[in-house]
Amino acid sequence: MKARVTVTLKNGVLDPQGKAIEGSLGSLGFEGVEGIRQGKVFDLELADRSEAEARADIEAMCEKLLANTVIENYSIELL
Amino acid sequence: MKSAVILFPGSNRDRDMIKALEQISGQPVATVWHTETELPDADLYVLPGGFSYGDYLRSGAIAARSHIMPALKTAADQGRHVLGVCNGFQMLTETGLLPGALMRNASLHFVCKEVMLETTSTNSAFTSRMEKGKVWRCPVAHHDGNYFADPETLKELEGEGRVAFRYADGTNPNGSLNDIAGITSAKGNVLGMMPHPENLVEDLHGGIEGRALFESVMENLAA
Repeated sequence: MKARVTVTLKNGVLDPQGKAIEGSLGSLGFEGVEGIRQGKVFDLELADRSEAEARADIEAMCEKLLANTVIENYSIELL
Repeated sequence: MKSAVILFPGSNRDRDMIKALEQISGQPVATVWHTETELPDADLYVLPGGFSYGDYLRSGAIAARSHIMPALKTAADQGRHVLGVCNGFQMLTETGLLPGALMRNASLHFVCKEVMLETTSTNSAFTSRMEKGKVWRCPVAHHDGNYFADPETLKELEGEGRVAFRYADGTNPNGSLNDIAGITSAKGNVLGMMPHPENLVEDLHGGIEGRALFESVMENLAA
């Protein structure tokens, strides 16, 4: 089974990389971009298990490694 | 004082650290590979600078989950002293031994230069024999040194005098909140700092300002 984890910076955490990308888009002529926050996506392939088990397992992975919950939020999608 | 340096793939300031410790303590320094699960007996354990695991995922994140870390956490819980410099500081925040996180420098640039540091707190073994308020030179070399913590944690760190070192004279190289360059744990036995005191300990380095920190911890732990 497949799953996708998206990790994003929490509100209020400065994102200098997002700012630089925003500036670059502006210089390419894209107008009206009012903010960009850079995040990370992890595509996981898991041996079969129930959806509930998969969610619990991935949540543990996020808490223990994939996200730093001091500065990041995560969301889990089962695909 | 007995010390041990923990080594990771991608550590690159380990030899500088070992040399500084050996030179100042006059004792051999043990090294521990990250796959070990037990630490040798020592008064001070050091996580050196470098780019463990190529800074993949987040700086220090993978090293912080390596096999040796549970033993280091246990040692810290038991009151043993732990010093993390640069990548070592990043590992300490990733393990939760120190609060907050070290994010990409606000300038997005890797910075390799000398900064001015103020010793802002002298209530740990690392700093108690240093001069409070003294401003000294120290090299930095990092890409992710921008200290972040939520307002509550910052208030706690400031209130409890746990900000050991602050960038001074407008030399904050990374956008770190409150100019924080180094912090200690609640019990004071864990210090994490971005600057490299081990690189300013002999005349050939161009100065010996970094020695005071090592001398402080060594004298305290030898006592």
